[in-house]
Amino acid sequence: MARNDARWGNPAVYAAALLLIGLMLGPVIYIIIGGFRTNSQIITDPAGLPHPWVGANYTDVLTSDTFWRQVGNSTIVALATTVAVVTLGVMASYVLARYRFRGRGAMYALFASGLMFPVTVAITPLYILVKNLGLVNTLPGVILPQIAFGLPTTIIILVPFLRAIPKEIEEAAAIDRCSRLGFFWRMVLPLSVPGLITTGILAFIGSWNSYLLPLFILNDQDSFTLPLGVQAFSSQYSVDTAKVLAFTSLSMIPALVFFSLFERRIVGGLTGAVKG
Amino acid sequence: MSSNVGGKSTTVTEDASGKRVRSGGGAQTSPPPRARRRGIGWAQRLEIAVLSGPALLMFVGFVIFPVLMAAYYGFYRWKGYGVPTNFVGLDNYRTILQDSSFHQALWHNGQIAVLSLVLQGPIAICLALLLNRKVRGQSLIRVLIFVPYVIAEVIVGTAWALMLQANGAVNDVLRSAGLDGLAQDWLANRSLAIWTLMFILTWKYVGFAVILFLAGMQNIPEELSEAAAVDGASYWQTQWRITLPLLGPTIRIWAFLSIIGALQLFDLVYIIWGQYVASTAGTSTMATYMVVEGRNAANYGYGNAVAVVIFFISLIIALVYQRFVLRRDTEGALTGGR
Repeated sequence: MARNDARWGNPAVYAAALLLIGLMLGPVIYIIIGGFRTNSQIITDPAGLPHPWVGANYTDVLTSDTFWRQVGNSTIVALATTVAVVTLGVMASYVLARYRFRGRGAMYALFASGLMFPVTVAITPLYILVKNLGLVNTLPGVILPQIAFGLPTTIIILVPFLRAIPKEIEEAAAIDRCSRLGFFWRMVLPLSVPGLITTGILAFIGSWNSYLLPLFILNDQDSFTLPLGVQAFSSQYSVDTAKVLAFTSLSMIPALVFFSLFERRIVGGLTGAVKG
Repeated sequence: MSSNVGGKSTTVTEDASGKRVRSGGGAQTSPPPRARRRGIGWAQRLEIAVLSGPALLMFVGFVIFPVLMAAYYGFYRWKGYGVPTNFVGLDNYRTILQDSSFHQALWHNGQIAVLSLVLQGPIAICLALLLNRKVRGQSLIRVLIFVPYVIAEVIVGTAWALMLQANGAVNDVLRSAGLDGLAQDWLANRSLAIWTLMFILTWKYVGFAVILFLAGMQNIPEELSEAAAVDGASYWQTQWRITLPLLGPTIRIWAFLSIIGALQLFDLVYIIWGQYVASTAGTSTMATYMVVEGRNAANYGYGNAVAVVIFFISLIIALVYQRFVLRRDTEGALTGGR
């Protein structure tokens, strides 16, 4: 089969791509449209189109305090986690990348070993630790462990990044009487912005979607994040499928918006990590 | 799987971590040859402490310490409150060895790991080959196939559970297409459940594999396929002889991530088979078993022992994989890089 790369390429490729997109997006679209139906519509015709379109499910969810409180909680947790992971991560990565000291290898190995510890393994002791700190049912109780578990990824992505900054720039800065900390502040941070953004996005989405840790730490409805909220909502209204669909689709939106804004960075970051 | 994107990408660099671990260890045993020990001054030590201290503190406090505590609690029979006093030594581990529910969970994890490789790998390679040709709107297509990967597993689970219920949309579509015979109780039918789970996992994670493979393919120099074309190789011959072998490192890293992810699968199974179907028995995994036994049955000591077992199984597989599969990929990096 010769490559018939006319300007548009092979039509079969487009057909396959369309089919693929349909398969990937079909369920998502089903959920979104399903929210516009009533329960009786869903029971009589589970896969049909809304007839008529009903907006009540969406307005109900959008006017409920619960939903917005959970959005707020998730936002706070994700933003705080992201900022702290990136800040602490870049500071430690700078040390690991550009200082020579005894124990550097050990420190790197320690952080890298964190990749082998999923939250699953540590979840019960973490719960007890958070309880002893008096942070059960509080957002910091989720944020602090998330920061810690986010550090290995961040450091492993950032260290090669910071190491790649040419030695000459550092020497030039030294000649200009720029201290190492000044160099970090004025040169390293601006130069590593792409890496910071990538790691920040990974931390944000990871935190936004996380479930197991909040499940253990947050028992009070008021402190729920969105994933817990979806679960609670769907078991509470298990007979009200249409409303669950509306709630579910609304809770997908933030991650999807965030993702579409930063898609290039995410994909670039993931593939860059593999190359590196 | 608390951090999906984060978690995955975490493991993206896992091989890098492994090689670092080793290189770090090596550096310690034999003093670095090029360290022209001029000793580091106090100012520098202070900088190091101030910059890396907070991260170290957080990491040791909230990762290392809890992991060690898990190992410690695993030796006790303990309800989760007060100081554990009922030391039972290795009893919890003996129980795990004899517990058929755990064996089942382990078996499921194994099945999921193998099936993920066998199903997602070829599908993703085909899709990546397809998208690696000249296609208009390629970047849009890439974004769209990545969408399921970005949605939280909890949401994915809730949505698919609703669609796959006995009277759900999937069966309705089948019936209205005249395929009544194919309509099934996808979730509760024990022999089907694992396949249902694999279907959902493939749907969610195949986009990630496609993106990785595409990136790998785009690193392959164009000249190679041009040279092959000059030598009269067909499209398929070129893919088979050039693209696939050169994609090897990417495939091996993806497979590693896939296996580790499969071993730690929790959210999706817990949501679907914990909430919509009577029990988690059909597709229980080690992690759901741990939570059900440890937390819901207030058998914390035992739950921690299970966590330790999960950790060691992952660790052993990771080490073996790195030793025998990833070695050739990291060798250059090990010796070349600093």
